[in-house]
Amino acid sequence: MSEAKPGTRPLSPFMIGPYYRPQLTSISSILVRITGIITFGTAFLLVAWLFAAASSDSAFAVIDGALQSVLGMFVLSVALWAAFYHMLGRLRHVIWDFGHALNVAASERMAIGMFAGATALTIITLGVVALV
Amino acid sequence: MRYLTDRKRVTGLGASRAGTQHHWQMLVSSILLMGAIPVVVITFAAVLGGNHAEVLAFFNRPLIALVTMLSLTAVIWHVMQESIEAIEDYVHGIKGKLSLIAVRVFGYGLIAAAVLAVLRMAL
Repeated sequence: MSEAKPGTRPLSPFMIGPYYRPQLTSISSILVRITGIITFGTAFLLVAWLFAAASSDSAFAVIDGALQSVLGMFVLSVALWAAFYHMLGRLRHVIWDFGHALNVAASERMAIGMFAGATALTIITLGVVALV
Repeated sequence: MRYLTDRKRVTGLGASRAGTQHHWQMLVSSILLMGAIPVVVITFAAVLGGNHAEVLAFFNRPLIALVTMLSLTAVIWHVMQESIEAIEDYVHGIKGKLSLIAVRVFGYGLIAAAVLAVLRMAL
């Protein structure tokens, strides 16, 4: 009977770096998860802002002041990129799940598209917000 | 020799029965994200920067209130699942179980808070 041998096998994500060259495919995939978790934090900030607005003038002043500060706007800008990146990363999963682009070359092109697309959408959004 | 039953050796290693449903739910949730993220971005880009009275007036419109609640719910549910998957991958045992409870309390709490706040301003 085969025995389970926990702990003797390498854990794949942690191989990147010392044992394994970082690739576009793995890094872009890991970033989808990280940006997803960042967006959980962003959602907390937005809901805190909504809840404060629904609660009282003073609560709104505190949260709104924090989000409108230089640090707040920086955090929101990074959060914006993360949300767009996650959305495009999930679009790649949808494309894969429907059976398309299931090869390394296409996946790498989509990875570059996710970086470029998220950056472009962030710049466009910040530009529109600044102009309007 | 350590004796492991077949059942014990596979416990915690992955899906049985519910895997297809989870995969399908994530596909649906990912498709919803394509609409929900732009809607949340446009909504908050439009309303952030206003004073308190302007914010209250903004959400005091049924269509905007409805769209905000639906899109925020879709986004929060999706990123809650992302976090649950990360915990299932990296945190195990009692710590993992408690983390899964905590992240669901946080996620569903966030959805409830968003809905309550928007409804209060809309009604």
